[in-house]
Amino acid sequence: MDPGIKIVIVDESPVRAAILEDGLREAGFTQVVRISEMAHLLARIYAIDPDVILIDLANPSRDVLEQMFQVSRIVKRPIAMFVDQSDTASIQASVDAGVSAYIVDGLKKERMKNILDLCISRFNAFSRLQGELDRTKTALEDRKIIDRAKGILMKAKNLSEEDAYALMRNTAMKENKKIAEVAQSVITAAEMFK
Amino acid sequence: MSTSNTRLRIGFIPLADATALLIAVDKGFAAAEGLDIDLVREVSWSNVRDKLNIGLFDAAHLIAPVAIASSLGLGHVKVPIVAPFGLGVNGNAITVSPGLYAAIVAAADGNIIDPMVSARALARVVANRKAKGEEPLTFGMTFPFSTHNYHLRFWMAAGGVDPDEDVRLVVLPPPYMVESLANRHVDGFCVGAPWNSVAVDLGIGFILHFVSEILSRAVEKVLGVRGRWAEENPDVLVRLVRAHHRAAEFVEDPANLDEVAALLAAPNRIGATAEVIRRTLVGRMKVAPDGTTRVSERYLLIGRNGAARPDPAQAAWLYAQMVRWGQAPLSDEFLATAKAVFRPDLYDAAVGPAAPLPSSEPADGIGAFTGPAFDPNDIGAHLAVWKIRR
Repeated sequence: MDPGIKIVIVDESPVRAAILEDGLREAGFTQVVRISEMAHLLARIYAIDPDVILIDLANPSRDVLEQMFQVSRIVKRPIAMFVDQSDTASIQASVDAGVSAYIVDGLKKERMKNILDLCISRFNAFSRLQGELDRTKTALEDRKIIDRAKGILMKAKNLSEEDAYALMRNTAMKENKKIAEVAQSVITAAEMFK
Repeated sequence: MSTSNTRLRIGFIPLADATALLIAVDKGFAAAEGLDIDLVREVSWSNVRDKLNIGLFDAAHLIAPVAIASSLGLGHVKVPIVAPFGLGVNGNAITVSPGLYAAIVAAADGNIIDPMVSARALARVVANRKAKGEEPLTFGMTFPFSTHNYHLRFWMAAGGVDPDEDVRLVVLPPPYMVESLANRHVDGFCVGAPWNSVAVDLGIGFILHFVSEILSRAVEKVLGVRGRWAEENPDVLVRLVRAHHRAAEFVEDPANLDEVAALLAAPNRIGATAEVIRRTLVGRMKVAPDGTTRVSERYLLIGRNGAARPDPAQAAWLYAQMVRWGQAPLSDEFLATAKAVFRPDLYDAAVGPAAPLPSSEPADGIGAFTGPAFDPNDIGAHLAVWKIRR
């Protein structure tokens, strides 16, 4: 890869930006700058004068970057969005992953394709990570709810811990619900009977 | 819902002119047409455009110039878009900081409610700043191909301010406008509802003009679909337009105002207070932090006065602005393509023959506060009138 290519990452998520930066550095791009502050975005970008700008699609400042396409006195080098009209699959993949790329005119398309592919895989990796984190969080919360409901049942029906759990599990199976949902109903009901 | 329902994904930006689309879904007008619409709230016009272009959206709440730029291949990939329904006419306003407001009032030669008076006053303020070696004024707008960009330019250029030389125009996402005005990154902006009202309510902005004072009939947002999609799904398109038409009629019935405002206020819809949305829909706007209000029946037209029927003359006017400011070359082919984006025929096919426009509407379809009547067939002659252009 060409270490001379200067890349700017515009992303308000510091974790995702770091993951992407790591990937780019591993691939041999040494000049990577992250921007997480959106005020005066264009001025910051002009000061860095990058060859490639990567921005996440959840960022409203994408519209600010579109201004760079306009012929303007401030722009040193013309910048275009990386869209290869013949390659809709890669556009689709990048939109799906949630990233968009802008390049300085004249940068070789193949090089850009490498950078974009790397972005897509890193963004997707981040989404998977986020998904796992969300699932872990939910599991942890479910556990807490189930434990509370278990306590309520043990006290109210004078059951052992095992039996209280079995009761909820059987009810959940019968009603085609998750145990956590049944547990939540137990807690709600108990609060109403207070 | 029956299984024969057509599923559609439609993108929108949380602004008051998405009303017809949002109400078509929330009040069941779309469902009544057998349409199961998945609304996707977006954060940027670039996203809306790209997702519509590559087919992730079937249709979109689209800022009108983006539909034209996309069809002409300006600034981006060329994807023909057609607009069978107008989501709003007018609705923008120009808001300035208290400092700039005071400076304009002080420099004004008459009542600044007259856009020519305010534009000439702005020219004096700009000249004074230049003489003192101060930084040029900065104005925010929403997108390079936006009505807001063109409205600001049309107004200030009429007073002798060159929008590229004398001031700075910067793109700002609407949710950042108010903050940028508060921390003085910009001195003013042109944007749609609810953001002007938010600035006034916070005491950091004065609404200088409703855009309806600058152009009496300015197309704002359209329902945009890919030209190819329209050809391949004529029946779905008819149902989609009809659902919007019914929603727009519902919105314009004063008896439904409270319900509409409440629905739009939801956090997954526009997410502003119902009261601010109400103000916008009835055109009774608080224009100054002290509570001064200004009323205009033309503030935002959704279903009334023929606003929903796309008018190719409006598309021609937007294209003329692109030419005037150096975004597009002047050509008969481009003009014809731009006009063909707006499709009154598709609108009529869905809702029936249109009634003649009421006498309140301008004869040239635009009603600019200055300059000759707009001629959609001769952009070159029309532009020759303006001294400031690229």
